[in-house]
Amino acid sequence: MTATVLADLPAVELDREERLAAMRSGEVGAVHSWELVTAVDGPGTRMTTFLTGCPLRCLYCQNPDTWRMRDGTEVRADDLVARVARYRPVFEATGGGLTLSGGEPLMQPRFVARVLRGVKQLGVRTALDTSGFLGAAATDEMLDDVDLVLLDVKAGDEETYRRATGRTLRPTIDFGDRLAARGTEVWVRFVLVPGLTDAVDNVENVARIVERWPNVTRVEILPFHQLGRGKWERLDTPYALADVAPPSPELVARVRRQFEAHGLPTYVG
Amino acid sequence: MTIATELRTETGRGRGWEGFVDGPWQTRIDVRDFIQRNYTPYDGDSAFLAGPTERTSALWRRVSSLFPEEREKGVYDVDWHTPAGITAHAPGYIDRANELIVGLQTDAPLKRAMMPNGGWRMVENALETYGYPVDPMLKKVFTEYRKTHNQGVFDAYPPSVRAARSSHVITGLPDAYGRGRIIGDYRRVALYGVDALIADKRNDRALLDRQPASEDIIRAREENSEQIRALQELGQMAASYGFDISQPATNAREAVQWTYFAYLGAVKEQNGAAMSLGRTATFLDIYLERDLARGDLTESQAQELIDDFVIKLRIVRFLRTPEYDALFSGDPTWVTESLAGMGDDGRPLVTKTTFRYLQTLYNLGPAPEPNLTVLWSDRLPEGFKRFAAQVSIDTSAIQYESDHHIREWWGDDAAIACCVSPMRVGKQMQFFGARVNLAKTLLYAINGGRDEITGKQVGPAASPVDEGPLDYRDVMKRFDAEMDWLAGTYVEALNVIHYMHDKYAYERLEMALHDTDVLRTMACGIAGLSVAADSLSAIKYARVVPVFDERGIVVDFDTTGDFPTFGNDDDRVDAIARDLVERFMEKLRAYPTYRDALHTQSVLTITSNVVYGKATGNTPDGRRRGEPFAPGANPMNGRDTHGMLASALSVAKLAYDDAQDGISLTNTVVPSGLGRTKEEQVTNLVGLLDAYTGSDGYHMNVNVLNRETLEDAMEHPEKYPQLTVRVSGYAVNFVRLTREQQLDVLSRTFHGAVA
Repeated sequence: MTATVLADLPAVELDREERLAAMRSGEVGAVHSWELVTAVDGPGTRMTTFLTGCPLRCLYCQNPDTWRMRDGTEVRADDLVARVARYRPVFEATGGGLTLSGGEPLMQPRFVARVLRGVKQLGVRTALDTSGFLGAAATDEMLDDVDLVLLDVKAGDEETYRRATGRTLRPTIDFGDRLAARGTEVWVRFVLVPGLTDAVDNVENVARIVERWPNVTRVEILPFHQLGRGKWERLDTPYALADVAPPSPELVARVRRQFEAHGLPTYVG
Repeated sequence: MTIATELRTETGRGRGWEGFVDGPWQTRIDVRDFIQRNYTPYDGDSAFLAGPTERTSALWRRVSSLFPEEREKGVYDVDWHTPAGITAHAPGYIDRANELIVGLQTDAPLKRAMMPNGGWRMVENALETYGYPVDPMLKKVFTEYRKTHNQGVFDAYPPSVRAARSSHVITGLPDAYGRGRIIGDYRRVALYGVDALIADKRNDRALLDRQPASEDIIRAREENSEQIRALQELGQMAASYGFDISQPATNAREAVQWTYFAYLGAVKEQNGAAMSLGRTATFLDIYLERDLARGDLTESQAQELIDDFVIKLRIVRFLRTPEYDALFSGDPTWVTESLAGMGDDGRPLVTKTTFRYLQTLYNLGPAPEPNLTVLWSDRLPEGFKRFAAQVSIDTSAIQYESDHHIREWWGDDAAIACCVSPMRVGKQMQFFGARVNLAKTLLYAINGGRDEITGKQVGPAASPVDEGPLDYRDVMKRFDAEMDWLAGTYVEALNVIHYMHDKYAYERLEMALHDTDVLRTMACGIAGLSVAADSLSAIKYARVVPVFDERGIVVDFDTTGDFPTFGNDDDRVDAIARDLVERFMEKLRAYPTYRDALHTQSVLTITSNVVYGKATGNTPDGRRRGEPFAPGANPMNGRDTHGMLASALSVAKLAYDDAQDGISLTNTVVPSGLGRTKEEQVTNLVGLLDAYTGSDGYHMNVNVLNRETLEDAMEHPEKYPQLTVRVSGYAVNFVRLTREQQLDVLSRTFHGAVA
């Protein structure tokens, strides 16, 4: 027995051609699941919607089941917007809104743009949870519909970034610079993994990158945990961090002090 | 029937009522009118509150030093000689010189009294369990000379009720214990004094005497005499403590004391399942404000009075059996106090004393009793909302109910009895009806009325389902017919129970503190709603093949495919749950009730979800035989995967109009699931409560706890003597739960921030 992950967000049934066309235009997107969460993924209570597909392969990924776009369920942008509309009173009461997460939502930029547009028209606040690696895929029009970007800065130098994610850091910095120039509010997220991202120098480098952006209103340190481990096992994917313990409170405190020393308002999630 | 009564206002106007705004409350018993004309709303924050004084802390230490022994032995002490009554015991004290508010149920703290009118067997079992002798003379009295409620009920039960009862499709019926859930308007004693209350009852009696002696009128006259006698005894009891309560209270200390005496009289005599207090905070605030304004009290002294009152409420005890405690988790008394809410005129009923009651959870530490219940509205002042949320986060000891639903139906002077049952204070009472097991009823429907465990024919005989996948429409048709039978059998049982309870264990003092004409509700209930809804969803959306045993009984189900589950804000299954509630309510309404009580129902299990689960076989949703149900209206553990609010919004779809006795939801969230900082956690909890009640949600228990804390408490109970967790509709001391119940609490969905 499994619960239906999309609840009654309807899955689209299209033939191959129609489906490809609809995905290209962004009328339809691949969605993993959604959840109403509080105090994560932005302020207040949020409908966090996880899209599938991600270009990174972070060693500590908690949602490896969202890596491949084909593992998602195809959903119409309009149906997703209608679901958001249902929670308008909740968002009003809690100061929350929609967060598009993943996976990497910018793998499906047209779908994301369409959903954000629809949601903004409802007067609901929006957040985009992204690594920034595909920041170039976000058009200015799309970013006009984003109230908050949750930007994962996974490491502070290219070498660590590549080790952690398999990709390069540069696009994230470029995207951050662009958001700073636009003045889009950003919460920076940094996953603290012992032995991978916890080096003093790495944290310093992240802090130096972030302190250049005046639009960053908070830094969230997310201590690594092993709750995603079962997913790796179920997917039969080798998991490099199987023996890594969560960071000690002392380590978390040190990293927090490092960010704070750069004048960044820092929280531990 | 109440006529305009000339109350003894000359005395009242003298000292008791000095400085109060005049109104109709002076010429008739009308506490609400008094409150509305005299209370001072408070819209500030909690900064004014005072901590515990050394005296308060010492007194609390003295009482709580007795708790470890009580926890170990099950009871601290029992008076096995004296059947309880309002005046049965000599005065008792914790520390006479240092108590501001006095009065105990017996002559010593935590010493329990025997209350045999409900049934002798429960008393005898309890005495034997705890190693006390049984007085042979008393046994003779209560088995040979004086009939009890329990005997009366079994004299009148038909075989159908007995069968349904012993198969556990109807359970927890108050047929061997006091029904409770009646709230006397204890405030009346403080505002009017007992003489005026007796005079008022005599006036009512004069009217009754003029009517021809039908059965109803004869009963009403007898009850009236009992009520007057109880009020007289209340006066005598107070006098034994050195207080004359014949006249109105003249200051805050007296107001608290008089109110407490009235409540104490009730719990000296009645071992009701829930002995709730009502809505006293804003009432008492008027007296506290008057004394503060006169300079007779400081804030610290005002808080002390409330702290002392609450100490007394925390040590209310009843002599019950371990089986009873297992059903209800620990040793509950449900001294429920309803706080806050809005007035009909739009002013919040929040006063400084509303804050003072919550402050007791800091001054004395967290505790399950009194069961502090906040009537929540998004219109409550921000300062109060934030303080309540903060106390929830710090103590997990508060529950919330929708002020909107309660006020709309029962007005702005209603209070909660027990967990979720609202009633107009002093104007309404309920016939508590425990609940039926809806999940088991579904299995009966599948098995043609035979019990899936014993194989006995309990419901009306029908052909069982065919082999092969279950058909939703066919199952619904059978289920509907089974519910018809169940509703009839259930109301039959409740009519018998309440007829006998009125006759043999009448709550004379509690009813003396009601109007003579009251609205009675017949409070039915259902358990296993989410199991039944998910099972029907499985039948409708997946493929469910019944598995028969050699007796031809369906004992298991082979369920394949995906199906929506209750608790994900998914209309496909939520509509099924909503329909079940509405459907069963309609069926109940078809059966006439004793004393023409208004039919209501609750979706509430307290903690008996564990025992209901034990008595229920495998269900089509994949739940295994014996596995606990979810508590109250909660979704099944682990099936609500779309977050705490989505889970709550599913529950909010159950229509209050079809469950006027309340719909209970318990949520547990880890602190980080509410926010990174305390400030943020408070803001978000306020937002969640606004959102839930704004979406028509009725009730929410909020636990803010880490799983690790609970696990540690199971291993090291001595470290957590006051750890309080909320279960369906009330709070319990976690370390007093059985291991099984502790595991059940642990297995419940913890809503967290795992992204």
